[in-house]
Amino acid sequence: MNRLTYIGIFIAAVLILVAVFAPFIATHDPVVQNLLTRYAPQSAEHWFGTDALGRDVFSRLVYGARISLQVGIVVTVVSVIIGTIIGAIAGFYGGWVDKILSGYLFNVFMAFPGLLLAIALVAFLGAGLGKLMLALCIIGWVGYARVMRGQVLKVREFDFVQAARALGASNLRILFIHILPNAIQPLIVQASLGMAGAVLSEASLSFLGLGIPPPAPSWGTMLEESRGFDTLAAAPHVFFFPALAIALTVLAFNFIGDGLREYLDPKQRKR
Amino acid sequence: MENNGENLISIQDLKVHYQVRAKSLIDRISGNDERKVVKAVDGVSLEIKKGETLGLVGESGCGKSTLGKAILRLTEPTDGKVIYNNKDLANLSNSQMRDQRKHLQMIFQDPYASLNPRMTVGQIIGEPIKTFGLSSGTVEEKVQELMETVGLSRRFIKRYPHEFSGGQRQRIGIARALAVNPEFIVADEPISALDVSIQAQIMNLMERLQNEKNLTYLFISHDLRAVRHVSDRVAVMYLGKIVELADSKEIYKEPLHPYSKALISAVPVPDPEIEATRERIILKGDVPSPINPPRGCRFHTRCPYVEPKCKMEEPKLVEIKPRHFVACSRISPEQPYIENAK
Repeated sequence: MNRLTYIGIFIAAVLILVAVFAPFIATHDPVVQNLLTRYAPQSAEHWFGTDALGRDVFSRLVYGARISLQVGIVVTVVSVIIGTIIGAIAGFYGGWVDKILSGYLFNVFMAFPGLLLAIALVAFLGAGLGKLMLALCIIGWVGYARVMRGQVLKVREFDFVQAARALGASNLRILFIHILPNAIQPLIVQASLGMAGAVLSEASLSFLGLGIPPPAPSWGTMLEESRGFDTLAAAPHVFFFPALAIALTVLAFNFIGDGLREYLDPKQRKR
Repeated sequence: MENNGENLISIQDLKVHYQVRAKSLIDRISGNDERKVVKAVDGVSLEIKKGETLGLVGESGCGKSTLGKAILRLTEPTDGKVIYNNKDLANLSNSQMRDQRKHLQMIFQDPYASLNPRMTVGQIIGEPIKTFGLSSGTVEEKVQELMETVGLSRRFIKRYPHEFSGGQRQRIGIARALAVNPEFIVADEPISALDVSIQAQIMNLMERLQNEKNLTYLFISHDLRAVRHVSDRVAVMYLGKIVELADSKEIYKEPLHPYSKALISAVPVPDPEIEATRERIILKGDVPSPINPPRGCRFHTRCPYVEPKCKMEEPKLVEIKPRHFVACSRISPEQPYIENAK
């Protein structure tokens, strides 16, 4: 694995530790307002300054890591697992199974604009972190399933799959030992990008009042709250730090995804 | 390579047909969506004798590989029987067939595509041993033993396929096939992806293993010299059918079917004097499409000896000389040479 992967793992580890130990790291209560200190710049008291309601940006960022990371990781992992299984089944068995899954099910889910479907689902299920993640999984899996189906269609024609069949391997063994490891690469790259997408989708939904109800902090809500022109002009730090946190998270998971792809490919593994 | 004449596998009227749909959207909308059938293998009957190497030759696309795969049920046969051990392989259930697979193995053409790039050599060769629970000692011991049998150092057990050359990879493929102690191996163009010098090594290895383990091979190739070198008998295939079947020496010395004559005349002779005067039969035209193959004798579109009868009736494989079968309606046991045919 290369150095960037280790950097990615390091950043991700720090972020996860921050999320877990948020109460010990935060310097202030993330939801307590103090209108006397609106838009305060960085200082020893407020490390990253304060926002439009005088709340400590650093503390909100630390607590926000809990929600944002949780959404990013849970949504991506669940979507990838569901997408991989359904996509692999569609590609491997073909025939009427594939017709129902990719010809019908995939298209139904693809036909809805993703965010709109999520909004409808949240409106139907009600707001809250768990329901938000569920909605994002429901719109998220189909992208992975399509990629997986295509990959499996390609890999199942390789000679080594026929060889495995000639050697009496069962369908499950062929699918999980021979096809999946050779088909999963593009999915890993897609997942590392999808993680960023999930964090941003959470932000969008929270902004619309369909995600985490305020005043609970998430990086997405912090970004959305800072979008007004007066905030950007008066106190760019309110925008800058959550944006930086999202960018770092996305970067870290991209590095990890890259490293994982390399690790899974024996040809690129350094001996 | 003696031959006691006992049949190991008996193929009876085996067919592999594929449905293809009309390609263009306009055809489909206009209802001109008639399903076409590719007749890759169309009624092949063959006996493979215990301990022999049966060579199967023919040009690209004539159905050789499909036939090999259909025998092992890697491609589902459409019709016909494959009798092995008094069982019809073509009609076994999947789980019954899985059980038979330890007797029937395959060596693949492309040594780069036939090994899982994410498994080590040890895992690749060990997989069938684990699947069938065959090893008495540890799997690793058995794998190392097999690696030595095929001429690979046992030190390589933890390496990945990409770290080997083409010839070495083919040896891994052979070791994998041997892992289940098979009786019968379909070798699907096992040497055509290799260098000439490596080809000889692999052929010699296969011959040695045949003698040691009493294997029976179906050796599929378009390399006629290689087939002559390894085969006891040779079957010539054209457009999904066997057109000639005879002992290897006999068929190279005296091919009787006009297609085999042309095919064998194309083999270069490693002697410049003979090569300069050698007569080659050049066939006109291309192989017809296996979708809608010609009626009657399939070779009639290119045959220099064609007559109206050939376009009507399909010739059967007939024993023209002892142990020499030909499918051509213009020759007979009384008159075996087509040049003299009236």
